[in-house]
Parts: sequence; structure tokens; C-alpha cells
Amino acid sequence: MKRVALSGNYAVAYAVKMADVDVIAAYPITPQTPIVEKLSEFVADGLLDAEYINVESEHSALSACIGSSLTGARTFTATSSQGLAYMHEVLFMASSLRTSIVMANVNRALSHPLNIWNDHSDAMAERDVGWIQFWVNSVQEAFDATIQAFKIAEEVLLPVMINLDGFILSHINEVLILPDEELVREFIPSKPLFNRLSPKLAYTIGVVGPPEYYYEMRYQIIDAIERSRKNINEVNREFGELFGRTYGNISTYMMEDADYALITMGAVSSTAKIVVDSLRKEGEKVGLISIRCFRPFPKNDIIEVFEDVKSIGVLDRALTPGGIGHPLFTEIVTTLYDSSKIIPVQSFVGGLGGRDITIDDFKQMYKIIKDVGLSGRRKPCIYIGLRE
Amino acid sequence: MKSWKELPIGAMIIEPGNSIEYNVAQWRVFRPVLDKNKCTKCGLCWIFCPEGAIVRNEDESYEVNLSFCKGCGICQRSCNVKAITMIKEEGL
Ligand code: SF4
Ligand code: SF4
Repeated sequence: MKRVALSGNYAVAYAVKMADVDVIAAYPITPQTPIVEKLSEFVADGLLDAEYINVESEHSALSACIGSSLTGARTFTATSSQGLAYMHEVLFMASSLRTSIVMANVNRALSHPLNIWNDHSDAMAERDVGWIQFWVNSVQEAFDATIQAFKIAEEVLLPVMINLDGFILSHINEVLILPDEELVREFIPSKPLFNRLSPKLAYTIGVVGPPEYYYEMRYQIIDAIERSRKNINEVNREFGELFGRTYGNISTYMMEDADYALITMGAVSSTAKIVVDSLRKEGEKVGLISIRCFRPFPKNDIIEVFEDVKSIGVLDRALTPGGIGHPLFTEIVTTLYDSSKIIPVQSFVGGLGGRDITIDDFKQMYKIIKDVGLSGRRKPCIYIGLRE
Repeated sequence: MKSWKELPIGAMIIEPGNSIEYNVAQWRVFRPVLDKNKCTKCGLCWIFCPEGAIVRNEDESYEVNLSFCKGCGICQRSCNVKAITMIKEEGL
């Protein structure tokens, strides 16, 4: 174990190396490139015994990963933004073929206009592809989630996507605890996966699913991702025992006695925490929830922490144009529909295409959440920082 | 038919050649009927059938395997002695 300063991208690359992956197939794209660059260095220097497949596109990268994962090889890829969008149709196949691919998606806005900066529109556009989705808040979390992802993916036979904020996490150096490689190997030993393609077990994959079968095959994904909740919790518990750190499906800050809560995802939570601290000093009972596991959506964890909250704000960093609400807002409101309490939920959008969300922005959001709590009436979505 | 729990995951086909169990000819409107008395065993229908549904027997006589025949009528057109007639399927 040692303490080192690494960028989010390098933390992921080190985690993949320690996980002793067998195959990496990737195509470079900003801001993800340093992950696969570092991995190619590891392979070229003989530090990682893996097959590194250079492909001509993200579509091919994920396709190569599918073939690799189905032979039982531990497989990794990374992408961002347009690259993830280009993978779109293959994402469905990776989950419905029940692969165990682990992918880091370094969140970046989608064109047009061309923008390489951070928001969440890339992964939010892929909510429904049947992948498990994690969202991390720090470089340490990016490392830990990558390690956990391999175990989860191989247990539940579903691919896992780890989302880390472009530049904000991917290119910022933070101090993290790098565990010993042996400990990581102990946590995720390489073992042959059940029913993987081999000369001994030949079978046909990638078949036609006529109306008599397609429905059943798709339902299997619903079943698998629902059952994965148990594995995710269990893997997290085991991880805690071995490494001394655990993460819930959501992370909460000052929620025990909070009247007003804000829900976010990703690195922006760090700024929000600073604001929570300063508002608490002023006597405001505010709290913060950050969603770590977005798929499967942690409905029960959220209902629990909402027990005594008077009003909630949801900060989306992606858009659903023409929808009833933006992606995270819709999930939260749907979650509340199943709880016994009626709590007003205020929708916010901010930080699109790399626009900063400042401390003052968060103060403004908390003020609005409080007003909504006192009046009991929410306003239409508020676009924080938009020039009117 | 098997429930979602009984079917292999990932739509894997574990038994090779199991397409034999799948009826691929349910949409036929006309069925070819081969008159063995008229047939000269020339084999043209056997060559032209796009589905391989014409079966050549040991004695070189020919017949139609209706599990694969789609009813396209190409065999009828290819037969010079008009040994094949297309008859509408019952219930249509
Ligand atoms: S009708 Fe068409 S498919 Fe059927 S036997 Fe004749 S040629 Fe073949
Ligand atoms: S084409 Fe006509 S004559 Fe020739 S084999 Fe077929 S049925 Fe017989």
C-alpha cells in the first residue's frame, strides 16, 4: 500500500493493470485518452500481460471486447462522449450477450457545437442499454470502483460502466491510496467464467431472436440487473473488509437531520459539500446526496434518507429536451411516487459543456430549495448560470 | 415453449443444428404437389429450389420437404413437363 498522487485517468489505468486484464480494445478520445495510453505503455513495457487491440473506431473497440469477454477473458475499454455514442448499438449487444466488460466512460458533452468539456449527456443517453452504471466523486473512488466493477461484472454477467467527470476528475491529480497488487488479485482472482466459449463448449451466439424468443431474452436483462443489487452490496462489503473503504449506492453528507437536500452526481458534489458546510455554520439544516450507482437505480436507499426532508433539489447535468423532466429529476420523482411522503422536488440544470458550477450557484440552489420547502410549491426547471 | 428462466442466457444456442425444431415454413400460401407419374427425374426443380426443399430420393425420384418449402413456385416454373402444381393451402 502506498499513497501517491494520480489523475483520475491514471488511477483507472492502474486499477485495470492491477486487475490483470487479459484484453484491452480501445480507440482514443479526449478526455479519456490518457487511460488507454497508460495501459498501452504498461503492455509495451511488459508490466501487464494483456492483448492490446488497436481498432479503427469505438464501434469496433466494443465489438472486439464482446468477442474477448465471451471467451472468458477479463476485458476492458474506455471512451468518452462521441465515442460512447458511436458504441450505442453495440452497448445493447454487450449486455444482452451477457458479457463482463468493464468500461471507463470519462464524461464529456456531445456535439453540436463541438465541445470536449464535462457534462453528463453522454452516459445519460445510454441509460437504457442494460449496463450497470457507477458515478464517482473522487480519484480514489475511480480506482476503487474499477476494481469492484470487474468482480460485479463477472458475478452477474453484465457489463459495468464507470463514469468519471472529464478533466475535473480525469486530469486532476489527487492523492489516493494504491493497494498492493496481491491484495487486488486476492479480491478479484482470475477464474474461468461459467459457460464461456471454448473448444470444449461450442455454441452459437449472436443469433436471431424471433418474436417467440426476443421478449424472454430481454426480460432476462431486467432480472439480471435487479439481482445485481445484491451483488453490488456484497462486493462493496467484501471490498471494505479487504481495503478498509466502502461506498454505498448513494453517498450522503449531513443528511441525518437535514430539512433541505440537494441531489447531484459526480465530482460537483465536492463543491456542494463546501457550500453545505458554510450553510450549516449559518444554521441552515441542509444536506447532500450523491448518486453513485445510477443503474440499477438505488430507490430504497434514497427513500430511506428522505424520511424527514422538507424539500429536495435535483441537479441534472444532462438534458431531456421535451421530456417531463431531465434524467436524474425524473428518476427521483418516480422514486418518491413509491414512497409514502409527498415532498416537493425542484429541478435544476447546470454545468453543461464544462460550464462551472460555482459556490454561489450552489448557495442559490439551496436558497431556492428552502423557498420551495416553505411554500410547498416547486418552480419549473431552473437553468443555473444560463444567460437570459 | 420455454419460459425466460429455462432459456439459456444471452440467447446462446447450446445444441448445434437445433434450427430443425423451428418451423420456418409457416407463411406458405401455395404448396407444390409433385406428380411422380409425370416426373421425368430431370432434377431441374431440385437445382432451382432456393430453399433446398426438393429432396432427391435413393431411387432418384423427387419429393418436396414441406418443413422448408416457402411456396415460392420456382419449382413449378422450372418443371418442363408440368409435373408440379401449386395448390392453395387449406384454411387460407
Ligand atoms: S415452392 Fe419454392 S420453396 Fe417450395 S419446393 Fe418449390 S421452389 Fe422450393
Ligand atoms: S423439374 Fe419436373 S420433371 Fe424435373 S425432377 Fe422436378 S418435377 Fe420432375
